[in-house]
Amino acid sequence: MPWTPSTYVDYRVSVAYVGTVLKYIGVTPLFPLALALYYGEDPLPFLAGSVVMVGLGALLERADTGGELGNREAFLLVSLSWLVVPLVGTVPYLVAGTGTVAAPVDALFESMSGFTTTGATVLGVISVERHGHAMLMWRQLTQWLGGMGILVLMVAILPKLSVGGAQVINQEAPGLDLEKLTPRIQETARALWAIYAAFTVLAAAVYYALNVAGVAPEMDLYNAVAHALTTLPTGGFSPKGRSVEAFSPVVQWAVIPFMLVAGTNFALFWYVLEGEPERLTRNTEFRSYLLAVVGFGAVVSAVLFAGVGLAETPTNVGTIPGNVEDALRQGLFQVVAIVTTTGYASMDFNTWDASAQTILLFAYFLGGSAGSAAGSIKIVRWVLVKRAVGRSLFTSVHPDAVRAIRLEDVVDEETIRDVLVFVLLFLGLFAASTMLLYLDSFRASEVTLSGLEAMSVAIATLGNIGPGFGVVGPMNSFEPFTNASKLYMVFLMWIGRLEVLSVLVILTPSFWQR
Amino acid sequence: MYVVVVGAGEVGTAIATSLSENHDVAVVDTDESRVESLVYDADVLGVEGDGTDLDVLEEANVEDADMVIASTDADETNIIVCSTAKAVSSAFTISRVKSAKYLRTWQHSDVAFGVDHMVGTNVLTAETIVRVVGLPAARDVQLFADGLVQMAEFTIPESSPVAGMTVREADQYDSLTFAAVLGEDDVVVPRGETVLSVGDAVIVIGSPESVQTFSHALAPDSDGTPNVLVVGGSDVGYHTARLLQERGLKPRLVERDHDRARELAELLEGTTVLESDATDREFLEREHIEAVDIVVTVLENDEKNLLASLIAKSAGAKRAIAVVDSAEYVDLFETVGVDAAINPRETTAEEITRFTRERHAENVAIIETDRAEVLEITVDEDSVLAGRPIRESIADLPDGVVVGAITRNGEFVVPRGDTVVEVGDHVIVFVDAASLAEATSKL
Repeated sequence: MPWTPSTYVDYRVSVAYVGTVLKYIGVTPLFPLALALYYGEDPLPFLAGSVVMVGLGALLERADTGGELGNREAFLLVSLSWLVVPLVGTVPYLVAGTGTVAAPVDALFESMSGFTTTGATVLGVISVERHGHAMLMWRQLTQWLGGMGILVLMVAILPKLSVGGAQVINQEAPGLDLEKLTPRIQETARALWAIYAAFTVLAAAVYYALNVAGVAPEMDLYNAVAHALTTLPTGGFSPKGRSVEAFSPVVQWAVIPFMLVAGTNFALFWYVLEGEPERLTRNTEFRSYLLAVVGFGAVVSAVLFAGVGLAETPTNVGTIPGNVEDALRQGLFQVVAIVTTTGYASMDFNTWDASAQTILLFAYFLGGSAGSAAGSIKIVRWVLVKRAVGRSLFTSVHPDAVRAIRLEDVVDEETIRDVLVFVLLFLGLFAASTMLLYLDSFRASEVTLSGLEAMSVAIATLGNIGPGFGVVGPMNSFEPFTNASKLYMVFLMWIGRLEVLSVLVILTPSFWQR
Repeated sequence: MYVVVVGAGEVGTAIATSLSENHDVAVVDTDESRVESLVYDADVLGVEGDGTDLDVLEEANVEDADMVIASTDADETNIIVCSTAKAVSSAFTISRVKSAKYLRTWQHSDVAFGVDHMVGTNVLTAETIVRVVGLPAARDVQLFADGLVQMAEFTIPESSPVAGMTVREADQYDSLTFAAVLGEDDVVVPRGETVLSVGDAVIVIGSPESVQTFSHALAPDSDGTPNVLVVGGSDVGYHTARLLQERGLKPRLVERDHDRARELAELLEGTTVLESDATDREFLEREHIEAVDIVVTVLENDEKNLLASLIAKSAGAKRAIAVVDSAEYVDLFETVGVDAAINPRETTAEEITRFTRERHAENVAIIETDRAEVLEITVDEDSVLAGRPIRESIADLPDGVVVGAITRNGEFVVPRGDTVVEVGDHVIVFVDAASLAEATSKL
């Protein structure tokens, strides 16, 4: 029977493309390699990483049938890439064999957490002393690559993805629908990456300038670059065990706007550059996003200022209660870090009591804007859910009314339905995952989760946020979990980054049938 | 002036008939009988044929024409007639279109399609409706002098406190002139002692504020933002709702067709679109029709509009405004209870008439199809009004001419007997149809 790609999934085409992706990603370990040589650290892990990526990539490319990259092949390509790249990304960790990350499951967890910009870590001790500049830079680099999307990058550089590229980006880029900024998809991908890279450079410059100005002694050039590479992808990996708490308040204030930028739809910045700044300022999602940040920030800051949200024996609270600047900074920083799914910590919010943590837990579900580097459900979906609910209430009073739901333009009913399904699916997955992780933590003795902790773990990984509460707090490690739990979390991070449906689709039988 | 009118339907016939009194007119239509009957009824040259055909236009001597008016029922035909005429003549071209999309294109350049003036029937009708909506008891409203002056026609309602008063008693407004009282078949220029009776049509000219105040005095129970229900999602219905929305109202619009209702809901953000049949009484009760101040019916035919208007009124709606396609039904509609009947063809003919005025009339309102006109004129040295008090110049003008308002340098001037009209003033005058020719030549 002849093979017809239009009726069956031509999986070999997807596999070949994954090979191409791997081959190009294989160049990236050369950056930490150079750093290793500069600092006199072991260059072998990165050399091995590069060789394995390029080699495996070349091998997979041979699967090519010359078929076309159709809709289903694009689905498969995106889902597979986001599985294979993190898998191969473990090579440097495994070869180096330093610390907890040397175990295969832990290495995969760290690699997946990196590429999906989750920022959850299994590293118990995160420091340059323990792991080396180059190794930690690889970890940070995975986040930067994952932030704007490795496939958006591929579309930007590979001419052969000019056809099918739009579908690929649509599957990978978070949000409702791809917004083509230019007539050619490759130009759009380049524009997005250019804006992303430019903001990264700007962030590094600002961070380092604070050091030069003498107000941020800890922020040397390495740290400035490391934090820029993990701020813009809303990743949250820091080469400091105490995250951004290790830096002066001035640095913390400086990080906040860059996290906000990273959680904004990058297409809007494109319009600003094109001379249409009102596209940003009038954008419904952008306004709701700022409103959510300010609202949640104000509540958390007020709680911190009053001191009611703090546990009875604060370990590292500093001078928060009664100190306006402190309360405002910590409240705003933590809310922005969670809403944008960056996951940096400006203080150990484990020292907050359950009431303040619960407020923060709601922020975990917001997410940044569509078309940004942020994860979780995303503000625009909540706006649409709110409007859909409002419409249902209205039409129950006026049964004959016909109403369109709009953002800047009318949103078609299919999109509304997809959004409702997504939110339902996301919340369902969150609930089921909470239960599974909770139960598994009782099976093993190292960690036993409370209900709030289990919820925070589930949403922190599914929403690509990073730290949770309690045992998985911002200063703690995910290392103590069982391998089963960790592998499940790897799955959650994977499907969370690809917005659930893209992965679930390839897991359904009908995807593989005619 | 030599005018070629293409399209001898209601609009074309009305224009041709009115123009033929003072100008040479040729009428082109594909329908021979229509051309023929127009040739007998009015003194025009009839040409049978397709107006988009150059040969046919040449038969109508288009190359000598000063003006070509394309007034067929098809937008594309009208546009092509204008382009064709432009290709062989320097005539001023006027095209009637229904669709707002051509109007928008034309407004972008003012010369698109070879059209010098475009009249968008549907938008025009909607604008007329919205003006009437804004004034309780009004049947017709027109703006002059960039909106500084309003002309309105009111029917004195039964419950009105003004009913039975003399003009002197009713005239408590500084900047309002009672221009005419239209009885059954006469036009009366009111004096102080003229009595305003129930059912009379009164034409007033004044500042928008005073007209507004007067209209509330006529129908005192109609204050506040009116609750408007538009019945019918036609193009006119859409533009009506859009214009109401732009004025800050929150209209409701009823459309029976599911897809069209959805489309309208997408287009009209400030309007509640209801998918239903407006003759369904249960629906009307559900939507609290008794709380509706004004029902506007813009359905596809006159019978449905009349039915929907009457049902809405019997269910409690306070006022009904209906679009009437056939001019001969206008009076009937207003007799049986529709408060204002608006005829799109009449509105279109009025609009086109502006451009056919011999001298400097800038704006024309036609009262009740042909009984009288209100004109806006910029006064020049040749005008009988120039440099004299109105009391003196009015003696030189025929009967049935009333100076309703004056604007000078963008300011409203109340016309009194001793007001001296200056060159450059805009004067809004009411003129009885019988005196029209004599009056326009002197003004």
